[in-house]
Amino acid sequence: MKRYFCSFFVLIAFCCSVFGQEMRTVFVGAKIIPIVGNPIENGYLLIQNGKIIEIGNAAGKVWTADTIIVDAKGKVIMPGLIDSHSHIGEPAGADGSSPIQPDVRILDSLNVRAASLQRAQAGGITTVNVMPGSGHLDSGQTLYLKLRDGANKIDDLLLYDKDGKYMGGIKFANGTNPIRPGGGSFPGTRAKSAALVREQFIKAQAYKEKIAKAGDDKTKLPPRDLAMEALVETLEGKRVVHFHTHSHNDILTVLRLQKEFGFKVVLQHVSEAWKVADEIAKAKVPSSIIMIDSPGGKLETMDVSMTNGAALEKVGALVGFHTDDSITDSRWFLRSAGMAVRFGMSREKALYGMTMANAIMLDMQNRVGSLEAGKDADFIVLSGDPLSVYTHVEQTWVEGKNVFDRKNPLDYLTAVGGFGAGNDKFQDLDCFDGDIGGGN
Amino acid sequence: MISNFKFQISNLLVFVCLIIFVLSIQDIQAQIAVKGETVWTMTGEPITNGIVLIKDGKIEAVGTAAQIKIPSNYKIITAKVVTPGLIDAHTVIGLNGYLNQPHDQMALDGSSPIQPELRAFDAYDAREKLIEWVRGFGVTTIHTGHQPSALVSGQTMIAKTFGNNVDEVTIVPTAMIAVTLGQDGLAGQGKSPGTRGKQAAMLRAELIKAGNYKGDPRDLKMEMWQKVLKREIPLLVTVEKAQDIMTALRIAKEFNIKLVFDGASEAMQVIDDIKASGFPVIVHPTMARPGGDRESLSLEDAGKIRGAGVPIALQSGYEGYVPKTRVVLFEAAMAAGNGLSKRDALGAITIDAAKILGIDNRVGSLAVGKDADIAMYDGDPFEFVTHCTGTIINGQVVSEVVR
Repeated sequence: MKRYFCSFFVLIAFCCSVFGQEMRTVFVGAKIIPIVGNPIENGYLLIQNGKIIEIGNAAGKVWTADTIIVDAKGKVIMPGLIDSHSHIGEPAGADGSSPIQPDVRILDSLNVRAASLQRAQAGGITTVNVMPGSGHLDSGQTLYLKLRDGANKIDDLLLYDKDGKYMGGIKFANGTNPIRPGGGSFPGTRAKSAALVREQFIKAQAYKEKIAKAGDDKTKLPPRDLAMEALVETLEGKRVVHFHTHSHNDILTVLRLQKEFGFKVVLQHVSEAWKVADEIAKAKVPSSIIMIDSPGGKLETMDVSMTNGAALEKVGALVGFHTDDSITDSRWFLRSAGMAVRFGMSREKALYGMTMANAIMLDMQNRVGSLEAGKDADFIVLSGDPLSVYTHVEQTWVEGKNVFDRKNPLDYLTAVGGFGAGNDKFQDLDCFDGDIGGGN
Repeated sequence: MISNFKFQISNLLVFVCLIIFVLSIQDIQAQIAVKGETVWTMTGEPITNGIVLIKDGKIEAVGTAAQIKIPSNYKIITAKVVTPGLIDAHTVIGLNGYLNQPHDQMALDGSSPIQPELRAFDAYDAREKLIEWVRGFGVTTIHTGHQPSALVSGQTMIAKTFGNNVDEVTIVPTAMIAVTLGQDGLAGQGKSPGTRGKQAAMLRAELIKAGNYKGDPRDLKMEMWQKVLKREIPLLVTVEKAQDIMTALRIAKEFNIKLVFDGASEAMQVIDDIKASGFPVIVHPTMARPGGDRESLSLEDAGKIRGAGVPIALQSGYEGYVPKTRVVLFEAAMAAGNGLSKRDALGAITIDAAKILGIDNRVGSLAVGKDADIAMYDGDPFEFVTHCTGTIINGQVVSEVVR
């Protein structure tokens, strides 16, 4: 327990663990942007046991003696950011054996000590959808993580649904990435891509029916099939399809497949959303977009536009942002919202897209995404306007615990880079301020 | 009768063409007054409520509204913030296009590790989409050329970002020779150079050979190396690791040649040596991805290297995938948010860049007699939410998109 070497806040956590019950902590005087509800200029945020107890206007408020008061004057506090599409933690999903591998879980591949996870904390990201790549029609199961500190194993970062199952989606892709002409069972065309996906979902429908027919008679159950099990969860809406798609025709193909099979879907990247915004809105399907500094890089993103956010906002579609880390760096995720505003989006919807919109896409809007009583105490303390280039994330808090503090030298190293910033992290030395050896 | 009629028609056509021509000349050379709430001249403190007069493509006068009277025939353009046209001190656009397909990727020929004879202007596409893209953010001059992915990948050039063909836009046809030391300059697949030591040996052998070259028979490689040995052009040395920086300095000393450092994410480890050499650094893009030889890069590198007294410029660099090009304005913005002063961040993409590239007699600041290259913004140029509202090159409004 070397933690008491570091910041005041961690000292609090140490004390609290002694008493078993966390003390109430209140952040006072900050501008609070709760996302749901109006910003509060002289606000307070009261937390305890990892949850938000109360937020409101601090004027005239008196705190009980057992409340730790943190002066946050001049700061901006908003919910922890949610990244609906990232590749931090070195995820590895499907291999080259076939184009559709719903059985593969990135749960079985993640490195929880990877520096990329800490870079995400430094960027203010508290919840993240970590996905396998887009070189397959289906590259496997994704994972929704809370970026808690001190993780030794993947279990320490998981989120559980009301049935006690860890949460995650499933990654699909269309367009040119999964197309590998002459690549064995991989598709050579767009139509073939769609046909292969339909074939699997039809198989899954049949599998699901067999299970339903078996009822309580276990002898009539079909033999276990890991791929089918994941697709059945998808058909039942328990596993959201995160569909990598760029060009307008591919986007419409996703909408067509969604209509046919009824799965829950999030359009990912959606580079040409501005061309088919009406169709996306009509389908009531959410989009997770990425802000890229220039068009091109490959044929299907030649028409990618930073106006996608504005175009989708205009038609009333739900729109969130993602880093696709390492395509864009988690440390300046907020820049995506800034650039979207530059290209016509409203500030309110841009910040909503960094938080609540993504929470909805990951089916956890009751738990994260806004600062409301009862929700997880996931929030960030900023030095100023969230959309300014001069603003820094000063602190990141997950479930009431400070997981990033720019004042901590090692956290600072993660935030700005430098020698050793990219090395795997030894979590129990997280706050140790000195030479930790081993080439660091 | 018929022939006469034809003659009249053709006469009329010539007349119409002549009028259009005269009008277009007038349009191009229209005299412009740019008014700005803040005018960053880069020759001194920014001017509040400043005016820049443009005549015949050059800057005619710069000063406060009180000092300068705008002649009545000048077209007035107003902006909140006015800066010199931005300079991207190192990019590959124009050689590498936005599609990223083999037919538009011309910044690297993989057939041989040492090819100083490859001229950038033989490949430059002045109408490439990425050039139009960065122009819309206020970038008016680029130093572009062969990419840092071979020991010696070829030449670089300097061009304005508006014009129909390479001859029209080029300022400096051969600016530097692109050299890459370290991992990115290895040939791979068992070919040489396969190590850092071999890179240095191969480069030294070339320079020794060039020292003995008498010009007959003509050898394009040797002709270029001789220009380097005569200090007519510098090597643009892309290096990240401290040991590679030291290797470059060692070779520069041995052959008494000029260097411009590029990337240099570990510059601060050997900053005294760099400073003593007098060579400038075109610092890696601020938002470049950490990894490979760049594992130790920091958002604060530009601020720290500049703080140590070494001349710096900023760059968009080379990108192999997405984004196909960075925008140097955004890279400077991020540096300004991480320790580089606003003046120095702007300097790194205007006058300081111009000095490193040797073109400060023409561009980089708003001073009388210089090319009328101007960028206009509706707020602090570095803020994410600010827009570039217009770009002027050689006195001509070349972009009016709000971007």
